[in-house]
Amino acid sequence: MRFMMIVKATTDSEAGVLPSPELIEAMHRYNEELARAGVLLGGDGLHPSSSAIRISYPEPGGKPKVVDGPFTEAKEMIAGYTLIEVKSREEAIEWALRMPDPHGFGQGQIELRQVFEVEDLTDNPEAIAKENALRQQLEEQRKA
Amino acid sequence: MTSSQTHRTIDAIWRIESPKLIAGLTRMVRDVGLAEDLAQDALVIALQRWPESGIPDNPGAWLMTAAKRRAIDLLRRNKLRDEKYAEMAQTTELYTEDDLERNMDGEIGDDLLRLIFMTCHPVLSQDARVALTLRLLCGLTTDEIARSFLTAESTIAQRIVRAKRTLSSRKVPFEVPEGEELQERLSAVLEVIYLMFNEGYSATTGDHWLRPLLCQEALRLGRVLAEIAPEEPEVHGLVALMEIQSSRFKTRVSASGEPVLLMDQNRAQWDRLLIRRGLAALERCRKLGRPLGPYALQAAISACHAQAPAAADTDWARIAALYEALSRVAPSPIVELNRAVAISMAFGPAFGLQLVDELMHEPALTEYHLLPSVRGDLLAKLGRMDEARSEFERAAAMTRNRREQQLLLKRAAECGGSAN
Repeated sequence: MRFMMIVKATTDSEAGVLPSPELIEAMHRYNEELARAGVLLGGDGLHPSSSAIRISYPEPGGKPKVVDGPFTEAKEMIAGYTLIEVKSREEAIEWALRMPDPHGFGQGQIELRQVFEVEDLTDNPEAIAKENALRQQLEEQRKA
Repeated sequence: MTSSQTHRTIDAIWRIESPKLIAGLTRMVRDVGLAEDLAQDALVIALQRWPESGIPDNPGAWLMTAAKRRAIDLLRRNKLRDEKYAEMAQTTELYTEDDLERNMDGEIGDDLLRLIFMTCHPVLSQDARVALTLRLLCGLTTDEIARSFLTAESTIAQRIVRAKRTLSSRKVPFEVPEGEELQERLSAVLEVIYLMFNEGYSATTGDHWLRPLLCQEALRLGRVLAEIAPEEPEVHGLVALMEIQSSRFKTRVSASGEPVLLMDQNRAQWDRLLIRRGLAALERCRKLGRPLGPYALQAAISACHAQAPAAADTDWARIAALYEALSRVAPSPIVELNRAVAISMAFGPAFGLQLVDELMHEPALTEYHLLPSVRGDLLAKLGRMDEARSEFERAAAMTRNRREQQLLLKRAAECGGSAN
């Protein structure tokens, strides 16, 4: 299953202040660890919302409204994301906990969201039941 | 956190930490079976303590320390026994406390690499290599492995026990092979990973939904290997091949469970992220500047399909050239047959048919239904309907897959006006 670790924006990231060399180094090590565990799929950092564009539909069926950034409410915005592929929700949490505090200064926040996939196969009880039945059948065939 | 939550968290930590733990311990005690036991002991201690004490800040280091303490206990007990039975001393002292200390540091990546060369060692049967690798490097339980192979758990458990015993009795060293041996042993490792992947990819029994675990594990292991052995082009080649093949996972089977051929798949549903990763892996492979090996060439062929926006845009001339290169590094009649198909698509059915005709007496293909099936297709394209029909009928009689048989008989019927 895939999870997106979303790093929330802070006043610093919105102001375009670059993270400290120590944090960059720690993030680099962390990404390397993800890659070495074979769970890293991708990730990116985003420009501050000063260069962002927001498109909204204030009236259903009406014309879209286009607004240029910057936007307020840093915590509602994101500064970057990392996409990982793991076997369980707990594994995703464990990896997210190992990410360095993204911005320091008490504003660091990581949000973990599961990515929709056509078939979520690892934890599907129906699939497991079906497969157990099949396995039993095969065992019986073998004995017969 | 409730205790069941803690247990699930410990499972997740185990999955992340156990390969590194077992690899590090194997280096210390020089026995993979003992290393796994020590790691398991540490896990048992964690399961007892963590629900009460909470999960430590650095669970990996915690587990390693606990396992190392167990190793020292064991060593001291052995020593005590040795003193009582002096004559046994020579045979039981496998390692010393000094070894343990000295070996605590070291590159984790190197240890993982040594471990994978061990679990894929040629003294083991292919089945044993796969099971042991899934167990020690992917952290799967015997139950999960058994489920993936539709086998009883006891069979897998036995297979793993025997494999560990063989490694120990044959004194397989914990090392990365060097020189000429490296390439040979590396192919064995890649073969195990690709076998794992294919077992998951080609679900022959129709139960498509239970095999993806194997594909995912093979792909993950390939990605790990690409990080710890970045100088090996074929590692990136294999990763590229698996990434690109995985990108088509969802489109290979229709909603009603029918297999969908590559040319008929809905390309909009191919996983772009995996394709991009596959192309990047292929690029890493090319940048090493060595001739492309069999995995890289297959990946390059797969990439041609991935890069064609529609089936009609496929660069068949390039695919034909890549098959030709593949037939030089890994000659096989099946590669030849694929080359013939690519050539017919690029330059017309008559050229393809010429090559296929040359394969008609190939002993390895006498039972292979795709040979008459391909020949039938080429003959039909050339308007030689009677010959095409008999080839389709022959192919239908050869295949054991009922769905494929129906499809071939349908094609035979479409060739029109037959006496039988």
